[in-house]
Amino acid sequence: MIFALDTLVQGVLLGGLYALFAAGLSLIFGVMRLVNLAHGDVIIFAAYALLILAQSLGLGLVPAIALTLPAMFLIGYAFQYLVLNRVIGKDILPPLLITFGLSVFIQNGLQETFSADSRRISAYGLESASLALAPGLAIGVMPLLTLLTAIALIVGLNHVFYRTALGRAFRAVSDDPVTALLMGIDTKRLFAVAMGIAFSVSAIAALFLGMRANFDPSVGPARLIFAFEAVIIGGLGSIWGTLAGGAILGVAQTVGAAISPEWQILAGHLVFLAVLVARPRGLFPRRAN
Amino acid sequence: MSLLETHGLTAFYGQFQALYDLDLVVGEGETIAVIGANGAGKSTLLRTLSGLLSAKASAVTFDGRSVGGLAAPEILRLGIAMTPEGRRLFPSLSVEENLQIGGDRRRGYGRWNLATVYDLFPVLRERRRQPGTALSGGQQQMVAIGRALMSNPRLLLCDEISLGLAPVVINDIYAAIPSIKQNGAAIVIVEQDIGRALQVADRIYCLQEGRITLQGRPAELTREAIQEAYFGH
Repeated sequence: MIFALDTLVQGVLLGGLYALFAAGLSLIFGVMRLVNLAHGDVIIFAAYALLILAQSLGLGLVPAIALTLPAMFLIGYAFQYLVLNRVIGKDILPPLLITFGLSVFIQNGLQETFSADSRRISAYGLESASLALAPGLAIGVMPLLTLLTAIALIVGLNHVFYRTALGRAFRAVSDDPVTALLMGIDTKRLFAVAMGIAFSVSAIAALFLGMRANFDPSVGPARLIFAFEAVIIGGLGSIWGTLAGGAILGVAQTVGAAISPEWQILAGHLVFLAVLVARPRGLFPRRAN
Repeated sequence: MSLLETHGLTAFYGQFQALYDLDLVVGEGETIAVIGANGAGKSTLLRTLSGLLSAKASAVTFDGRSVGGLAAPEILRLGIAMTPEGRRLFPSLSVEENLQIGGDRRRGYGRWNLATVYDLFPVLRERRRQPGTALSGGQQQMVAIGRALMSNPRLLLCDEISLGLAPVVINDIYAAIPSIKQNGAAIVIVEQDIGRALQVADRIYCLQEGRITLQGRPAELTREAIQEAYFGH
């Protein structure tokens, strides 16, 4: 009984990390109907940026994240404004290919610069701290922090999306880009803002990924798959759905791992495929119009 | 001085020329109706004036400056708002959000805001929490007009606001025009219903195959002249 509860709790906590991976992807898809194939690599890129600032330059974690968040916003903004905006709109394939190119570019650039050694961001011992809730049920402080951050982030993004003028503009452009122009919305700048936010969110995901696990330049695509599965399970374009999707994926993987270690990843994929078969639009799709 | 002028305005859809050398004038606070059959170029004219289609810089002047070829967001900021053909409400926005977004990027000087738009179309106040597209066609048209008013435009472009609506609903919508005029906005209405156009307009232009075939004040135009200009020979 306690074992089952433990599996469930650990799964939900793991889901917090997947929701962090997925939040930026979900935002971009919701605004411009684009899948950023480099999303996982952007996270790894941000993880290296944090590592350099926090450890190699010795700034410490808090200043490092304070620098990385706005820097990632600017990089995302520039990438969208200078590169992706040139091809977006007409056809779905060119922007997809460009993000694929970015993925290759980041992986090889990181490998060239930092070698293939795996690295880790030190969290000053917080990685191994845990809270005992009951005999046989303890939760790690870091997974708990991850989940709380994911929830706070999703609440924040949801607030922006549904309660602010910026979010109104995001939804309007996603509905009807031409009419949005008539509302005075500069769609290209708005897309750049969305990409900037997604890149900043990637930096938050990078922080927790880097503190919890080893990373090296090649692990981005696997993060993309988990993020993508969380988004699809939750429902395309739904921010809350992404949190739920992350939790479901996390639970599926922990349950799989409880059965047999080699089942962990496979169980996640199977649940993902089952959702695709039963509910192709995801469990909580954005209001259909 | 006139608010908007076009000088030899042309417009193309790819190879197809839709407008030929249009010269038209909209005075400050004036209501203009543009009439013509399907395909005469009326909607193209409005799409060009609103910046959705490109034009030569010198072909359009607004308030004394060349605005042809500016992008739609810049045109809006100068004070030209449009209610597009087919209303085009944003489906994921509520009625109120659809109105708000009209004023998010420009809040010109004037009395239009959420409260005054609701006063103009009281039925929208009751339905403000619903998705814009859950409303009837006439109510959606009201939202589209209110949305354009929220920026307090100096020139309001209305594309086919009576299209597909019942006559009684059209009456409700046209009843709002006087109070829009009263607030100082000039209006260009594209309308297929000649009767409506003649009632509401200070002056009309008739387009046929992308050219102006007739212009004048409603009282000065005979029925025969309009028919000739509308349908050709």
